[in-house]
Amino acid sequence: MKPAPFRMYAPHTVAQAVATLAALEAEGQHAKVLAGGQSLVPVLAMRLAEPGHLVDINGVAGLDAIDVSSAGVRVGALVRHAELLRHAEANRVQPLLSQALNLVAHATIRNRGTTVGSLAHADPSGEMTAVLVLTGGSVTAVSVRGEREIPAAEFFVGPLESSLAADELALSAFFPAAPAGAGTAFVEMARRHGDYALSGVGAVVIPGPSRDEGAPTISVSCGFLSVSETPLVLDLSDAWAAGEDSVMAVVRAAIDPQDDIHASADYRRHITGILAVRAIREALARVREEQAA
Amino acid sequence: MTTSVTPGTAVPGETRRVVELTVNGVHRSAEVDVRRTLADFLRHDLALTGTHVGCEHGVCGACTVLLDGLPVRSCLLFAATVSGHSITTIEGLGQLQPDGTTKVSPVQQAFRDCHALQCGFCTPGMLTTITAGLAENPHPTAQQAVDMISGNLCRCTGYQNIVEAVLRAAELMENPDAPLPDEGFTADEHAKGDA
Repeated sequence: MKPAPFRMYAPHTVAQAVATLAALEAEGQHAKVLAGGQSLVPVLAMRLAEPGHLVDINGVAGLDAIDVSSAGVRVGALVRHAELLRHAEANRVQPLLSQALNLVAHATIRNRGTTVGSLAHADPSGEMTAVLVLTGGSVTAVSVRGEREIPAAEFFVGPLESSLAADELALSAFFPAAPAGAGTAFVEMARRHGDYALSGVGAVVIPGPSRDEGAPTISVSCGFLSVSETPLVLDLSDAWAAGEDSVMAVVRAAIDPQDDIHASADYRRHITGILAVRAIREALARVREEQAA
Repeated sequence: MTTSVTPGTAVPGETRRVVELTVNGVHRSAEVDVRRTLADFLRHDLALTGTHVGCEHGVCGACTVLLDGLPVRSCLLFAATVSGHSITTIEGLGQLQPDGTTKVSPVQQAFRDCHALQCGFCTPGMLTTITAGLAENPHPTAQQAVDMISGNLCRCTGYQNIVEAVLRAAELMENPDAPLPDEGFTADEHAKGDA
């Protein structure tokens, strides 16, 4: 349970960090970026991976900013989950952040783990991966070749696999603001509070103008975790209009959960349908609260 | 879309590093492998064996210490990464008295009052977690106390007495002389359970 030996690099600037990654890549070396380490260090301790080089960005200046605008929230690579969770302005602009962050591991892990790091880890059972895709966010990556913005839909390639190149550093993530009048919610089911969720669902509902006379329409979309290889988002507007049974049927047909020691695929499929309905109901209740206020 | 990046120079890698920490208010340093976890650094290099190492992958919480006042898993941090920071371990929770003895902290006293430990393996992590938890929320409800310790595993107590100790510690922090109920905290519940 000790990590295999590695060399550690301690850049102080982004330029040094990406130059180091580029130099290691040119030598054909296996390098990983170390930020919070709350997913990476267990992987190293269990020797599921043995990278020869760790580029520790904890000493890099300027990566710990949370920038909030009316367009959304930009989160730097060294922002800890706990810092983002406590950031009132960020959570006013995009309430899904705190709704999901409350469910990310335990408080102790959130004190160290970074939001951008959990995105780069690309775990399909991660809450923030689901939030990034559901909100239509993006990750900004940087390398010696320059900066590029990767839309969420293109960022997650497979389980624990992102589209970051080996010499790229995830510099920040951008979570767009919740649309005006929208309600959001995030629910999940886990064996124990703080453990990996058996299934989880985030919901965004937006009351819209009437499509037809007298029939209010509502835009409903849900993001899912732990039930597909990459974070999944479904437009459930029509299903919701047809009723809760329809939502459950559509969700259960769209997901591809796996069996494991914690739950069977069938059980996951079952509860995911129920969680989707719960998330939508909760999000709608927030819309009503907002309208009443 | 690409924008230019100021060219930088690659930094050299190291396999050993001198780590400097303020541990329980005292400056400590040692040269260690960069793969040395903070937990092992405290135990092996600084001989502070109060921090316990259980699962070594962040699940059990026994190794929890305070990093600049916030609880973290010391098995999931490399000592080299936190060099320059301030650490509080279980050894640092008590207060040194003018006569050279150490007075236990309110959380430690509460654990004694409520019989909140049996084998004691999880206790260092519990105490550090609860110390920070009460600093953030000095008046927790029983449910908040459960949430506070939800990242720490205990295989002995069944947690009930630890939850009571959290509430007792909150009481002691408010009033160091708060009396204990005569039968102790759990006597009534136990009597009901036995009946």
